[in-house]
Amino acid sequence: MEQDVQIKITDRDGKLHEIAAPVDMALNLMEVVRLYELAPEGTIGICGGMAMCASCQCYVLTEHPLREMQDEEEAMLSEAFNVKSNSRLGCQIQITPEMEGLEIELAPED
Amino acid sequence: MIETDILIIGAGPTGLFTVFEAGLLKMKCHLIDALPQAGGQCSEIYPKKPIYDIPAHPEILAGDLTEKLLEQCKQFEPGFTLGERAETIDKQADGSFVVTTNKGTQHKAPVVAIAGGLGSFEPRKPKLENIEFYEDKGVAYMIKDPEVYRNKKVVISGGGDSALDWSIFLSDVASEVTLIHRRNEFRGALDSVDKVQELKNSGKINMIIPAEVTALVGDTHLEAIEVTKPREAAVRIETDSFIPLFGLSPKLGPIGDWGLEIEKNAIKVNNALDYQTNIPGVFAIGDVNTYPGKLKLILCGFHEATLMCQAAYQIINPGKRYVLKYTTVSGIDGFDGTRKEAPKAVVKSIN
Repeated sequence: MEQDVQIKITDRDGKLHEIAAPVDMALNLMEVVRLYELAPEGTIGICGGMAMCASCQCYVLTEHPLREMQDEEEAMLSEAFNVKSNSRLGCQIQITPEMEGLEIELAPED
Repeated sequence: MIETDILIIGAGPTGLFTVFEAGLLKMKCHLIDALPQAGGQCSEIYPKKPIYDIPAHPEILAGDLTEKLLEQCKQFEPGFTLGERAETIDKQADGSFVVTTNKGTQHKAPVVAIAGGLGSFEPRKPKLENIEFYEDKGVAYMIKDPEVYRNKKVVISGGGDSALDWSIFLSDVASEVTLIHRRNEFRGALDSVDKVQELKNSGKINMIIPAEVTALVGDTHLEAIEVTKPREAAVRIETDSFIPLFGLSPKLGPIGDWGLEIEKNAIKVNNALDYQTNIPGVFAIGDVNTYPGKLKLILCGFHEATLMCQAAYQIINPGKRYVLKYTTVSGIDGFDGTRKEAPKAVVKSIN
């Protein structure tokens, strides 16, 4: 389908999932993880997607150009645990056609 | 022992609206919440954020929604046990339940309504070796009594409002305050940031940024911490206390051990009828429950609370018939003696 981009997501158990993420539903990466139930309900997207918790933290493994980090996300990540230089909050990254082939790994649960 | 008709666990929007619906049916409510204030996520996580899907409110701030719900249920005089987490539940011989909090407060009621949202908010603990060992031996995740720190050396870690506010407060109480944050930027009210800057300049707060606490030291209690700056060796700082302030995160917690059927980190309920759990007399409403087609929305919690109250009425008043009354027609009689009612239409004849 033209409407989907292929994304590789490694879940918290280290299992790799290749999924098709729709670009026409205004979804973000956190919602895609929930869409495919790649993390148990109640352990991801706890704040609902307001960059006010870090339950959707992920590590970006490819060099895709992603939306620049806004203040809220940067502030949250400065308080989160297990943060690496490639950490992002999934809820702040909208799915776009440019993300074809993106690879991410979910950060461990707090 | 606190006694009530419906014991509500969780003082978020669903729990607060339950008080109103129960009140219409002449049932009294008492609420327990781990947070020190009512409102649940709405007041703890996003009080200043707007919500757009509360019926008849095109836009309402989460904090204002909490205020309105408290005002709406006020005349039914709810009791509150705040800042305590519901820990255990015990079924009594008479069919009622006794719920005990982590501080030992006991509550007795024939009906328990779990409106616990995502669970109780617990402090997020930094991943440091042996940190559990030092809890209550120098490490604390929240400040209950600032006097404990009088003339002591304190290290605070974190970059949000609570880290800033407590650093400011304790700079007048403790003998030494060190604030450690991973970044150079702080996320907090502008005047708090300015105040901390001022206290740093005048030497009342030692600031170590960007840095992280990487180890805790001490034989029987905390004696020092090790702090590490990027690409530098760890430095040891003597201290009596270490207070990591990294916010709160919700955990289902002890409710998960109450013998309730759990699925997807939520409590399974009967949604065809009344949101009762597998334990008769124990209901789960709002974000904490799950059933086929469940949506975690505040407005769904309101609906669930309303139906749950009907079932609670039957438990509390066995065999008693009930007929639905409209507030517009019947008005509202508060437990505090107040009465609200629609003004009577003026009848006047025309000659």
